[in-house]
Amino acid sequence: MEIMDHYLYTKEHEWINIEDNIGTIGITDYAQSALGDITYVEFPQQDQEVDQFEQFVSVESVKAASDIFSPMSGKVIEVNQKLEDNPALVNKDCYIKGWIAKIEIKDMDESNNLMSAEEYRNYLESLEH
Amino acid sequence: MSTEVVLHNTPLLEEHIALGAKMVGFGGWNMPLQYEGILTEWDYNRRTCSLFDCSHMGEFIIKGDAVESGLDGIVTQRLTDIPPKTCRYGAMLNAQGGVIDDLIVYRKAPQEWMIVVNAANSEKNAKHFKDHLTSKAVFQDISFETAKLDLQGPLSRDILKTLVPGIAKLEYYTFDEFTLLKEKCLISRTGYTGELGYEIYYPWEKSKELWQAILKNDKVKPTGLGVRDVLRIEMCYSLYGHELDETISPLEVGLDKFIDFDKDFIGKEVLLKQKAQGSRRAIGCFTSESRRSPRAGHKIFNEAGRIVGEVTSGTFSPALQSGIGLGFVEKPTNTIGQKLFFGDEKTKAAAAVVKRPFYKSGSLKH
Repeated sequence: MEIMDHYLYTKEHEWINIEDNIGTIGITDYAQSALGDITYVEFPQQDQEVDQFEQFVSVESVKAASDIFSPMSGKVIEVNQKLEDNPALVNKDCYIKGWIAKIEIKDMDESNNLMSAEEYRNYLESLEH
Repeated sequence: MSTEVVLHNTPLLEEHIALGAKMVGFGGWNMPLQYEGILTEWDYNRRTCSLFDCSHMGEFIIKGDAVESGLDGIVTQRLTDIPPKTCRYGAMLNAQGGVIDDLIVYRKAPQEWMIVVNAANSEKNAKHFKDHLTSKAVFQDISFETAKLDLQGPLSRDILKTLVPGIAKLEYYTFDEFTLLKEKCLISRTGYTGELGYEIYYPWEKSKELWQAILKNDKVKPTGLGVRDVLRIEMCYSLYGHELDETISPLEVGLDKFIDFDKDFIGKEVLLKQKAQGSRRAIGCFTSESRRSPRAGHKIFNEAGRIVGEVTSGTFSPALQSGIGLGFVEKPTNTIGQKLFFGDEKTKAAAAVVKRPFYKSGSLKH
């Protein structure tokens, strides 16, 4: 499973990439592989306020629907419009082109509740046993 | 205390694992859900050819006269006029008119029948047959000696012809015995995908060789139960446990044409009453107005927002590039063109009832 070194991760297999006070959010390689071919992404509203670990997106694959939780609290400032016509981008490139939403981060200290790349790698290994 | 469910394995388990399949428990069997991915597998089935392991399904042999054996009174379809080497789809019902299982009857000889049933129901079906067949019938369960490989797709005839030259003569819903890789087997022109296709009933212990021989052709890909479900929903075919069960009348699912009311069969009295009274609900096929897909268990709402039914099967349709679903709804919400919503109280998505099937360009009868 591919993991990006400088991203932070949740136990529910979301990632966040923090640049200044903006967090770009998506799902991990593990998550996209488990979901299979993604067919629909339901975005949050522009300017919607979300709490850390609150459900704010739902992702559908051919045979299932899954809730996606925000890794941190903040205000939704942008969603990846390309996924509307091409949700398969999440499968093809989950960490770069397949990002889902960007938030303006409310409380940077919440990043302490997330896993580093190394911690997430160990977490994935623990799931296999 | 935990109860561990022990799943049966098909003779092709090692093949599935070698091909990287995701395995899943289905109907008491450990089955491949998908290999490369549902969309890729869908594409192979609809455009070229796909191969399914359906060895989990149950097969029974019954010997005896249709009526004297009791078989004719167990199944809903008419048996007495089936030409030999022809198949006929139908069901068997309980005394309350509910569906014990849907099944295909193969007339192998004037007094020899093969019945193909769902894996999950195999045991209860065997019991039902034994309970209701007369002393003039000989019943044999051949499920665990019979592998079943389904070759389905527009190129399936051309591909199978390279292994069995005589296959081209098979018409839709007929079968014959052939020699394939030196083994005698029964092949029928039937399937569950809406494409031209064949079901091959093959000796259990030799099936690995057949599986490998077919997959040598690079126009064929192995396909799992995941895409099988998508394909059958695109065709509006019922699946036991979803559109069919012991509490559901076959009339509500639109199986009328597979029921012969000119003969006696278990459940007939109840069905006749239902016919006279009319049913309040019926199955509806509906297309989502977006890429959002209905899922089994979703509620169905009418335009006024009242709950009028429930989704029994739902998926994203690669053919339509939208969500599609089947569900029981109160009449007249099953009327073609009727708008409805699916989802839950929190999130509802718009859809409209359409004429079945969803997928209309299949190669089934080519």
